Amino acid sequence: MNLMKKAAEIRRDLLSLIYNSKTGHTGGSLSSADILTVLYYRILRVDPACPKDPLRDRFVLSKGHSVEGLYTILADKGFFPKEELKSFSTFKSRLIGHPSVKVPGVELNTGALGHGLSCSVGMALAAKKDGLNVSVYCLMGDGEQAEGSVWEAAMAGANFELDNLTAIIDRNHLQISGDTENVMRLGSLASKWEAFGWDVRSVDGHDINALIEVFESSRKKGIPMLVIAETTKGKGVSYMEDEAKWHHGVPTEQQYSQAVTEIDTFIKEMN
Amino acid sequence: MSTIPCRKAFTDTITELAKSDPSIMVVTSDARGSVTLTDYAAQHPDQFVEVGIAEQNEVGIAAGMATFGKRPFVCAPACFLSARSLEQVKIDVVYSHTNVKIIGISGGVSYGALGYSHQSLHDIAVTRTFPGMDVLIPSDRHQTVAITRWLAESENPAYVRMGRGSVKDVYADSDGSFTYGKANVLVEGDDVTIIAVGETVSKAVEAAALLKNDGVHARVLDMATIKPIDREEILKAAEQTRGIVSVEEHSIFGGLGSAIAEIVIQNNPVPMRIMGIPDEITVEGDSDEIFNYYGITAEGIREQALSIV
Ligand SMILES: [Mg+2]
Repeated sequence: MNLMKKAAEIRRDLLSLIYNSKTGHTGGSLSSADILTVLYYRILRVDPACPKDPLRDRFVLSKGHSVEGLYTILADKGFFPKEELKSFSTFKSRLIGHPSVKVPGVELNTGALGHGLSCSVGMALAAKKDGLNVSVYCLMGDGEQAEGSVWEAAMAGANFELDNLTAIIDRNHLQISGDTENVMRLGSLASKWEAFGWDVRSVDGHDINALIEVFESSRKKGIPMLVIAETTKGKGVSYMEDEAKWHHGVPTEQQYSQAVTEIDTFIKEMN
Repeated sequence: MSTIPCRKAFTDTITELAKSDPSIMVVTSDARGSVTLTDYAAQHPDQFVEVGIAEQNEVGIAAGMATFGKRPFVCAPACFLSARSLEQVKIDVVYSHTNVKIIGISGGVSYGALGYSHQSLHDIAVTRTFPGMDVLIPSDRHQTVAITRWLAESENPAYVRMGRGSVKDVYADSDGSFTYGKANVLVEGDDVTIIAVGETVSKAVEAAALLKNDGVHARVLDMATIKPIDREEILKAAEQTRGIVSVEEHSIFGGLGSAIAEIVIQNNPVPMRIMGIPDEITVEGDSDEIFNYYGITAEGIREQALSIV
């Protein structure tokens, strides 16, 4: 499967979700689209026919607001009918604006930042205790790194020697109020996570092959992995890229059609 | 008086249960001493998770483990679990419906002289608004054993608060001391009803004895399950007696008294007296001194009951 093309299609479909429902977290869904694509179409051992298989890998979307990308992928993989995406954020739809366990394929309800990694630590720890060959992946935002609980979990992941745990930071350098370094300086996330005892890898978060390589690389025994995926918020749509206002901006009809044209052109050129 | 506090009855029971149930996990945050978990940790090292002083992480980790079929018991001081970890309880446990038991030890004013930081007088008010969460407070060591056994079988998230010190026995043994969702009628009477929970239950029983000398026959209920509360027994009390005195080691706002009032006022309004800690930063002192200061004593309960009959 051409994952670069798949990621572009996911971008186009998640934008249609946002455009049609007139709500969503656009920028972060676009920045994390390549990461999610690589995870779901290459790395994670998950089976839509058996979403509760005890031996499945676990994915926790700690930055729960980027749910549009996740739902688009889960539907595309067949966890639930694609048709249902039309109900996104409507009355009584299980497809709400943050991941919900009512949706097949979603492991945990998230939405408040700084929770996902603690839960992922618990999952990875339980898998180890039971001797299960299960890997746990947790995607966080960069703005989320200001939550103290992230660092409680970081300490625990190293302490419990969870080499079956991979945390990923969607390092798009923006959060709702602007540049992460102006809102609350993150400085060197790599040195911070290294100091907490993690095997830190930095990667271009839009380079499919580089992402695959890092996720498939051999693990250091007894050490959890932290992947800093350098990304661009709003990636794939020229006027959204690196613009904080697209954090949860909804495109107008004209903006939407331009976005679709840009992505379709990208796909065509790839072919 | 028994020398075994509820928290010790809990840890003795969970230590026993963990032998035959490998899914039981005790998660703690540098509180193995205060919870009395030293024996448990020594006997069940693989079913014991120490997370350090990190109560938010503690609840999140427990929730993650629960998704693998574990039965985590998160054990730490109630003051921290019911405040600092509250968002994790709300989202990772209640919202995600993970089978996690939150065991808040040394609750209420148990840590009296350590100050308001270490008191939990808001925990019932908060936890009982969480959909699907059971809220329980044992009144003595025997009932603690029964509740712990029940918790080990239940699939529901629960918040359980227990005190620090030893309390007088209310029950002769654990058999029959606890039925989920049912109040225990400890003293029969038709003049007035005293509904108590936790450490105040034995005071309520003493108050009923005092009232007998006044010629007043008080009914005493132990409302160990605060949620789901025993509506039926409350409405029976409203119907058959002249009024209700509620007694709890909790703020007068939002706790047992409020829960009873919500039912009474909408179905059969009768006079009520809500006894608890008033809306102020708790007076300095140990737990007995605090109880005495606020009149949460057998004598204080008697006075409130007399004001109704
Ligand atoms: Mg960001």
